[in-house]
Amino acid sequence: MSSPTEGQANTGSFVTEEALQRLKKRHGAEARFKLYGQIAIGIAIVALVTLLISIFGQASSAFSRHVLSYDLNIEASYVDPDGTRDPDEIARNVSGFNLMLQDQLADEFLTDDADRNDRRELYGMFTRLAVLPIARATADSPETIGSEQVFNVALADDIDLFLKGGVSARKSIEIGEVAGGEGAIESGVTLRLASQDDAEKLGATLTEFTRTDVDDAPAVALIKAGNTWYRLDNSEGRDLALTYLAGPRALPAEGAAIEALVLAQSQANRTVTDRQIAWTEILRTQGRIKSKFNTTLFTNSDSTYPELAGTAAAIVGSLLTMLVTALLAIPVGIFAAVYLEEFAPKNKLTSLIEVNINNLAAVPSIVFGLLGAAVFINFMGLPRSVPLVGGLVLGLLVLPTVIIASRAALTAVPPSIRTAALGVGASKTQSVFHHVLPLAAPGIMTGAIIGMARALGETAPLLLIGMVAFVAEVPDGPMDESTVLPVLIYKWSTGAERAWEPQTAAAIIVLLVFLVLMNLIAIILRRRFERRW
Amino acid sequence: MDGNMEHFTQTKSSARADTASAPIKVDCQNIDVYYGDKRAIEDISLEIEDRSVTAFIGPSGCGKSTFLRCMNRMNDTIESAKVTGKIFMDGANINDPAIDPVLLRSRVGMVFQKPNPFPKSIYDNIAYGPRIHGLASGKAEMDEVVENSLRKAGLWEEVKDRLQAPGTGLSGGQQQRLCIARAIAVSPEVILMDEPCSALDPIATAKIEELIDELRERYCIVIVTHSMQQAARVSQKTAFFHLGKLIEYGDTERIFTNPEHGRTQDYITGRFG
Repeated sequence: MSSPTEGQANTGSFVTEEALQRLKKRHGAEARFKLYGQIAIGIAIVALVTLLISIFGQASSAFSRHVLSYDLNIEASYVDPDGTRDPDEIARNVSGFNLMLQDQLADEFLTDDADRNDRRELYGMFTRLAVLPIARATADSPETIGSEQVFNVALADDIDLFLKGGVSARKSIEIGEVAGGEGAIESGVTLRLASQDDAEKLGATLTEFTRTDVDDAPAVALIKAGNTWYRLDNSEGRDLALTYLAGPRALPAEGAAIEALVLAQSQANRTVTDRQIAWTEILRTQGRIKSKFNTTLFTNSDSTYPELAGTAAAIVGSLLTMLVTALLAIPVGIFAAVYLEEFAPKNKLTSLIEVNINNLAAVPSIVFGLLGAAVFINFMGLPRSVPLVGGLVLGLLVLPTVIIASRAALTAVPPSIRTAALGVGASKTQSVFHHVLPLAAPGIMTGAIIGMARALGETAPLLLIGMVAFVAEVPDGPMDESTVLPVLIYKWSTGAERAWEPQTAAAIIVLLVFLVLMNLIAIILRRRFERRW
Repeated sequence: MDGNMEHFTQTKSSARADTASAPIKVDCQNIDVYYGDKRAIEDISLEIEDRSVTAFIGPSGCGKSTFLRCMNRMNDTIESAKVTGKIFMDGANINDPAIDPVLLRSRVGMVFQKPNPFPKSIYDNIAYGPRIHGLASGKAEMDEVVENSLRKAGLWEEVKDRLQAPGTGLSGGQQQRLCIARAIAVSPEVILMDEPCSALDPIATAKIEELIDELRERYCIVIVTHSMQQAARVSQKTAFFHLGKLIEYGDTERIFTNPEHGRTQDYITGRFG
């Protein structure tokens, strides 16, 4: 070739003009292809991150729950009117406990002349079933009857949502001090603000929170003077005309701090009333409302109340269903794959079977649900909504996946291993079970676990065999009514109350954790078995 | 199965005694092999002597490997392959359906083109054959079989300290000798080698050739090779195949110095193939 000192002049046909141009084109194509690939990966990553952020963002509020720590006087007349001290009776007497809680709440927060609507408003802050754990605890130790016990009472989902910042757009502002007041709690109170600036600040905030696109929807302000809460009816200069809501019934002293909580929606348009907000704020100021990790989510079964609903029954149902699925799909799938790959003669029948297995893997899952309903429930007479039927349906659903993955793993074993085994006089079966299958095991197991993960996330076929039933009890076995996680998610996502939204996201996270765990097991198994050689 | 084995062993020793003067180990008569409709081997008859090395040479696709695989019925594993004709080994026709290929392969070992040790330890590679055939009872006996086989294959000194190491971790030449040891471990009478050195470097090849020369004293060895020099170096008899036919068969020395056929002459002088 040319010597470097002679330079470009003598580089011959290697760097002709056309050759350079062709080269440039080729490099360009390479760079473009790289870019396309990077863009594709980028889109995938952005989609995944968005998904995770949105789910975790929504679910974060469901993982904590507000409870009221309440000194409850366990009175025998409510909880054990017959005086039997029978634990079963006590545990069953939920309405007695409820009545007791309600009466004690009413004693604390309501006057004697409170009517039914007042009481209903107060009781609405708790779910009826919130006393269930109290009843159980008392039943376990009946000696506590007659004494005062501290319990954590779950607040209603709307109150919980309010405490987490939901329900209505709002802003809390300080508006100085009380400069004078007149009137009576019963008929209406007028308080005078210390400074004109603060009055203007309140007015401005109210205007800011009033929606302009909706007629007749002015923002409202709840006023806290001292420890008493009022609703602002109207204001004139520094004078605020107020209605008493909750708290000490005396007029505030001059110089008491005054705050306003401005809400965008009036109580007619939200699920929490002004008075409930006032009570909640008072309890919060007293430090009696605590945010706790929501163990209910894992210990409770489904409920019509979002604050009491949990995934326990669905988790157990999913595990039972997976057990049945695994027992059906994995052995049958592996043996079918081994037979087809290693033993079956290559003829029209086997190729027909192969084509159909591949087709089955692409059949929409809901079709398997129809099959399950027709065969297992109508024909074989198995009960509806049980993990056994669900597991059988899902087993059939993932069977093709397991077979295809296992066959791919078997094909990947080099033929030289088979001939080596046959060459030393091993029979066909020995060569398969001693050499081929162990080498294919990691691939087969990965395929099986991926198939199981798919089954774990299936909803559609289970709807058709009745696993969408409301199940409040953790199932005892594969013949017990149950539901599964994805179906639970589907059901919760259709709930009307706002509180179902974070609850659904939390259930999705539980499901995702299970899926990640299964994939992790698949990876570990593969690593483990591959490292052996 | 055990009784059958015993019968096999007896005929083996008596046959050896009887035919000591003219030791023909394998007698192939009118062998045809079809792959589907394609006739890969056309009416080949061949007698292979015991305790000698017979080399099959010929251009690619001439059927020498296919013919080799007839002798331990490895063609049975290929679905489209059909073998006709008779192959007598110690008076028994091995193509008879009554002969189990599994038993046959315990008497006819095979070494393949690419070293194919099992992905197991060196020890287990050797022990696998004796284990499935029940040739050793107890750990001590198995240890002995493994050591003997490795010694015969000239690998013992190199691996005796790491018998539990994976066989796939050895070098190519060592792996091939491991495969030979594995074949020896089931005490075969015939060892078939299908281009055993084609994947090896010259030094490893030399070692294998040396080994083949030693093994000749105990076994009937048939080797397929592409290397004329190798055939000339290791074999006593050479068969030249072309297009599925046996062109010429005779003493190696004569084939390489004074071939009868023009085609053989052309092939060994490198004019084609």
